[in-house]
Amino acid sequence: MRKILNSLLLAAFIAVILLISRWVGQQAYSWMPAQGTAEAKQVDEIFSFLASIGTFVFLGITGVIVYSIITCRAPKGDWSHGHPARGSVKVEILWIVLPTILVLWLSFKNLSIYQQLNIQGLPPVVMHMHMVESADAATVSNDSKPVGEGIDVFAKQWAWSFRYPGNVTSTELHLPVNQPVSLALHAQDVLHGFYVPEFRLKQDMVPGRTITLTLTPERVGQYRLHDSQFSGTYFALMEANVYVESRQAYSQWLAQAASREPTIASNQAVTEYTQATKKIFNSRWQTVQPAEPSVVNYSS
Amino acid sequence: MTNNPREGIAGADESAENSHSTQQTTWREYFSFSTDHKVIGVQYMVTTFIFFLIGGLLAMIIRGELITPKLDVVDRPLYNGLFTLHGTIMIFLWIIPFNVGLANYLVPLMIGARDMAFPRLNAIAFWMIPPGGLLLLSSFLLKSGTAQAGWWSYPPVSLQSPHNQGEVIWILSLVIIGISSIMGGVNFITTIFWMRAPGMTFFRMPIFVWSILSSQLLQLFCLPALTGGLILLLLDITAGTNFFKPSEGGNPILYQHLFWFYSHPAVYVMVLPIFGVFSEILPAFSRNPLFGYRSVALATIALAVISTVVWAHHMFASVTPGWMRILFMFTSMLVAVPTGIKEFAWTATVWRGRLHLLTPMLFALGGAVMFLFAGITGVMLASTPFDLHVNNTYFVVGHFHYVVYNTITMGIFAAIYFWFPKITGRMYVEGWGKIHFWLTFIGANLTFFPMHPLGLHGMLRRVSSYDPEYQWWNVIASLGSFLLGMSTLPFIANIVGSWLRGPKAENNPWHATGLEWQTSSPPPKENFEEIPVVTEPPYHYNDFGETEQPEAAGQE
Repeated sequence: MRKILNSLLLAAFIAVILLISRWVGQQAYSWMPAQGTAEAKQVDEIFSFLASIGTFVFLGITGVIVYSIITCRAPKGDWSHGHPARGSVKVEILWIVLPTILVLWLSFKNLSIYQQLNIQGLPPVVMHMHMVESADAATVSNDSKPVGEGIDVFAKQWAWSFRYPGNVTSTELHLPVNQPVSLALHAQDVLHGFYVPEFRLKQDMVPGRTITLTLTPERVGQYRLHDSQFSGTYFALMEANVYVESRQAYSQWLAQAASREPTIASNQAVTEYTQATKKIFNSRWQTVQPAEPSVVNYSS
Repeated sequence: MTNNPREGIAGADESAENSHSTQQTTWREYFSFSTDHKVIGVQYMVTTFIFFLIGGLLAMIIRGELITPKLDVVDRPLYNGLFTLHGTIMIFLWIIPFNVGLANYLVPLMIGARDMAFPRLNAIAFWMIPPGGLLLLSSFLLKSGTAQAGWWSYPPVSLQSPHNQGEVIWILSLVIIGISSIMGGVNFITTIFWMRAPGMTFFRMPIFVWSILSSQLLQLFCLPALTGGLILLLLDITAGTNFFKPSEGGNPILYQHLFWFYSHPAVYVMVLPIFGVFSEILPAFSRNPLFGYRSVALATIALAVISTVVWAHHMFASVTPGWMRILFMFTSMLVAVPTGIKEFAWTATVWRGRLHLLTPMLFALGGAVMFLFAGITGVMLASTPFDLHVNNTYFVVGHFHYVVYNTITMGIFAAIYFWFPKITGRMYVEGWGKIHFWLTFIGANLTFFPMHPLGLHGMLRRVSSYDPEYQWWNVIASLGSFLLGMSTLPFIANIVGSWLRGPKAENNPWHATGLEWQTSSPPPKENFEEIPVVTEPPYHYNDFGETEQPEAAGQE
């Protein structure tokens, strides 16, 4: 009787944490920023999946520990021993084999998603022997994704600038919606990183190397581009506005920008460097001078 | 220095009260070049705790800055210096050397040795820590300030003038601490291999000793890569070489590989000893043998081995080619297997035990559960596609702090409370210990949990100001960190007060197995009157016939 009751309780416990895990998996989508690209959907799917498995494991083990804490307390000062079990080959093999299968399965699932992301510029994963030959990222693009617009992205301490076809330059990034764009990333002094949270993909930028990042914006809106690799004193100020807009609006903007004379863009880092404001603690440490402000056709 | 006659260990239990008064280490010895591993152990632990307080203070200034989106508490160079030194101090001057101190104290006792293999080397290794740490702190006095490139010190930022002067000091300090660590590694490995008591076979060693063996092997194998990388970085700054300067044909990515080749295993150097601590405390307070001892011991070695081939997962968003991203995703995922073995073994140990929820047990259980959380976010981070989103965001910072604070620092507190009676011969105050636990547990979760949603939403680490949309969770994290800072006060009061005037402790207040509990509290200079002969498996908590003095449990 007791045995049946125990099994029922166990089954109920597992059912409850399964339900909670499923719910967490569904909630996980809402913990992410809006899905701005085709790539974002795939990343969110894998996150949701990992979150539900993680919840199940966490609640399962914590549940056992909490159950023990509640029901298996020794009376004060009673140091007599508990159960004599030192191990069980069967159980131990089970908890080695199951996690191994689980993580291998997760890895293959991730591999297939990574392949679909199809990040250009870095050599794709080829599961045979010539892995190393094209390790240099540079301009390799033996890829099937049709690329529409090609835009150069420049990062320097501490400002972004962008160059569009026709040699139009700006300090904001404009992208046409629903069309793969190829971003050629150039760092001009130190490491930087290209990161728009809504786009999900992140890529470091290395001076002297051009790295191509391809993505397909799918949602019209305004976003923020952040520098994702620490780049020195004014790192936090290195942001730029990103506008994903219809093909028509994009072309209009491009034409308008092309018609403007290049001017010196405003630059927050330069402003802060030249007119430092008082803080509670002021170190007054000498620091790296920001690069010259960019000269661009269009700046906000 | 010592000449007291002592009874054999068998009788030590009863003779505790009258013996240790003749024998105590004087306070002067703690400030001397002592070669006693127990004195050195305490020297390490107290010194590193001071660095913990300094690192914590820096963290609280950082959290003070981040309570508002705008920059208002410190200026930007100082902010960058603060997080650089916070990370460096906590890793290289708190956790790693604290573990060395704990191991210094315990390993010879646990394996039945009279001291470490090379006592003088041991003392030299310790005495490199305070100058190394003070050198690092001295960089606050430079005109261009401390190092400001983060604890990774990636070039080219770390090479840039003027803050590269602080960087030079940072490198010299780390090289000194690194050499100290390598000395320690040689000493521990030799000690564990050659100085075990008769009958102390490898598979009778406590898991704590296994974990020290594994982590010190990692130090020996991996630390030279970092030391080499740092020296090349130093030459780039001071001698005009171009190893890592992209503008001169150097390769900054090579530095990332050298750095992470050590600094990923360094996480295991920090956490393995704490897994060892959990594996000592959970059986003792569950009154059960450690479940699956042999597989836990082997999992410790397996973790050390796997941890040497996962470093590139820190570089998924760097210019790491696709094949490497995938290869390192597979190896990183595999870490979950030996880690799982441990987590399951602890759970099975606690399962249907006879639990005593005293302070060390609370910290150990809390740490084990928090590590479960850290492990789950760790598996998420191993997934390359997901990592490309959260890489360098607060999600990583949150994950990392669930490891280094919620697991490791909790584990360190567990260890301090557990072995405090052994080390000092006095008992701490249980009530204050519990208050300390709850403040720490709540404070740590309030501080570090919010970092996960922040990271998912794209807040990047190392920013000194941020967009207002991130403020809500930042306020929680900052308030949590102030609570966490305060939570050390009852700990300090309890430990200092109890050390000075706490009630005398039994030799074995927890009725634990392990050789360190068979000698007096505190142990005599030579550790054991007679070197014990080991005849039992470890964690021998299944001797039903025996009733151990129940009146001795006065602490509950």
